[in-house]
Amino acid sequence: MTSPVQTEDTSVPGGSGPDVLTKDGAQETKASEGLSPGQLMWMRFKRDRTGIISACVVIFFFLIAILAPVISKLYGKDPYTLYGQNSLTLLNEFNMPSGSFGGASGSHWFGIEPNLGRDVFMQLLYGMRTSIYTALGATLVVVILGVLIGLLGGYLGGAVDFWLGRFTDLLLGFPSQLFMIASMPVITAAFVKPDENTPVWLRAGAIIFVTGILGWMGLARLIRAATLTMRDREFVEAAKISGASPWRIIRKELLPNLWSPILVQATLQLPSNVLNVAFLSFVGVGFVEPTPDWGRMFSNGAGFIQQDPAYMLYPGAAMVIFVLAFNLLGDSVRDAFDPKSGR
Amino acid sequence: MLQFLIRRTFGAVLILILISAITYFMFFAIPQDPATLACGKNCTPDALAIVRRNLGTDQPVYLQYWHYVVGIVMGRVQGGSHCPAPCLGISFANGQNVWDTILDRFPLTLSLMIGGAAVFLVVGLGAGMLAAYKKGTLVDKVFSGGSLVLSSFQIYFLGPLVMLALVFSTGWLDKPSYTPFTENPVQWFTGLLIPWAVMATIFTAQYTRMSRSSMIEQLQEEHVRAARAKGMSAKYVFFRYAWRGSLIPIITILGIDIGALFGGGIVTEVTFDLAGVGRLARDSVIQKDLPTTLGVMLFSSAFILLCNIVVDACYALIDPRVRLS
Repeated sequence: MTSPVQTEDTSVPGGSGPDVLTKDGAQETKASEGLSPGQLMWMRFKRDRTGIISACVVIFFFLIAILAPVISKLYGKDPYTLYGQNSLTLLNEFNMPSGSFGGASGSHWFGIEPNLGRDVFMQLLYGMRTSIYTALGATLVVVILGVLIGLLGGYLGGAVDFWLGRFTDLLLGFPSQLFMIASMPVITAAFVKPDENTPVWLRAGAIIFVTGILGWMGLARLIRAATLTMRDREFVEAAKISGASPWRIIRKELLPNLWSPILVQATLQLPSNVLNVAFLSFVGVGFVEPTPDWGRMFSNGAGFIQQDPAYMLYPGAAMVIFVLAFNLLGDSVRDAFDPKSGR
Repeated sequence: MLQFLIRRTFGAVLILILISAITYFMFFAIPQDPATLACGKNCTPDALAIVRRNLGTDQPVYLQYWHYVVGIVMGRVQGGSHCPAPCLGISFANGQNVWDTILDRFPLTLSLMIGGAAVFLVVGLGAGMLAAYKKGTLVDKVFSGGSLVLSSFQIYFLGPLVMLALVFSTGWLDKPSYTPFTENPVQWFTGLLIPWAVMATIFTAQYTRMSRSSMIEQLQEEHVRAARAKGMSAKYVFFRYAWRGSLIPIITILGIDIGALFGGGIVTEVTFDLAGVGRLARDSVIQKDLPTTLGVMLFSSAFILLCNIVVDACYALIDPRVRLS
């Protein structure tokens, strides 16, 4: 995971100043000359067929989430209209979709929702959009907090490092999911009066905040470890001697060398954030109707599992594929960065 | 050992004080007046004033917190009735003693956690060891691949599916329910079988992979190879030497995972409609029942800290090289 640092350990002492940041050290000792670690990683990654396929799947998911409004226009439906109640044939007398597979047909590809009669395909697409966007926001918070805390602890060391480390360990051991549920209403209550409805953007903000603030620990540990190995390297010492401030050293000397572990960890963090967002909606403290949401489809679907299992099958299958693709992608990216960790 | 336990307990108490302070101020200082919540929907100004006095929210927050802590240690009088020693307050939702409610719900959660952990440890470690033993063969690939696919399922998706397959369609098992172990061990077991299995799936994969790689690593250790070289059978070496060594990283992860296990318990309880501590937490949040939420958070934090101390102590028992200092 800390491979860019490790490859540099075979160091050819680089020059001074910004040249070192281009990581010449790694290239000259390794076989492939003239390639940056990023290019090396890309070369290895290209050869990994599983990695490529899962990357394509992940990109596909992102595309349909981003393009949901366009797809909605082409498909001619939206996630809010109650199709089943406007048409008499779509729902049977028990308010369950008529027809097999949840009432799947040419006009409603994944069938329609029991009771309300909304289009499942559109619900799923927009739900994924909500979840993925929220998770992206949360991942951003995680990366900012994790990098900041990891860098501070690793670079400053001493008492700061000790206390930040204890704090990280403490948070790691706790049931973050419990804390997430519990702090959701507190955050919204700080902004909204009890008798008012919470606006969607505030809900999204609270979810991002809660998942972000309880998810940075892994990244912080990683960044701290990577920073520790770099702290006493020549280029940092050189910067120190030439009078650079700690902030400048962190920004200009350390951070550019940390991009790859940050990227890998962000790739791993995103699906877990998607799951956290879905978890919050599933237990009923995340997004509420009418905002379409991936996680809430499961709590709705669980109620109909006997009469209409197909309703849950579509979001479920989509989530399994999404998470699996991300897990495989994470493995491949890790292998590409650090071939020694190979399975 | 004793010194270690004392030091860790002391640390745990400190952490608990810290957590209780943060959560208390977060819950009772930031949001809207807790008394309004406790008073309910049809609240007259007079009733509100009484509730406020009973709760003590007419006092400054730091005093309220002080009373809360004193209440936990020595009990206190609240709402006109006495609330005995570990007093976590009175629920806004149903007027019951929070501590009693939690104690009442806890056996279910504990059963879920222990049973779930037993399933994923046995299945995960077993599959991982088998995969390591037959490294590179079809068995290895099936086990490693299968665990990866299974781990991509979520409790709230897999749970209803399993229920559909085993309960609704075939009727092989009853709907998950909880019977105290002391009352009827057989029913306790069959009632929780589905939740255990479903909850374990999300953890199994991680343990399969870990025990596989840790085992492969151990098999290349010098003492293991030496044992093999002096003529001991592969099986004997595998179980006698390598297995024990491979447990160490797994116990470390298990210690970290206790919190996650508790989180998995919340989803499992909500999915299968089981009334445990996790469900209590979720319901209290939805009902804005602050004392219960706060109580559950403190209780589970204390429980997890306790578990961590036990895990660390076990760590030293398995690996004599670890010093408890």
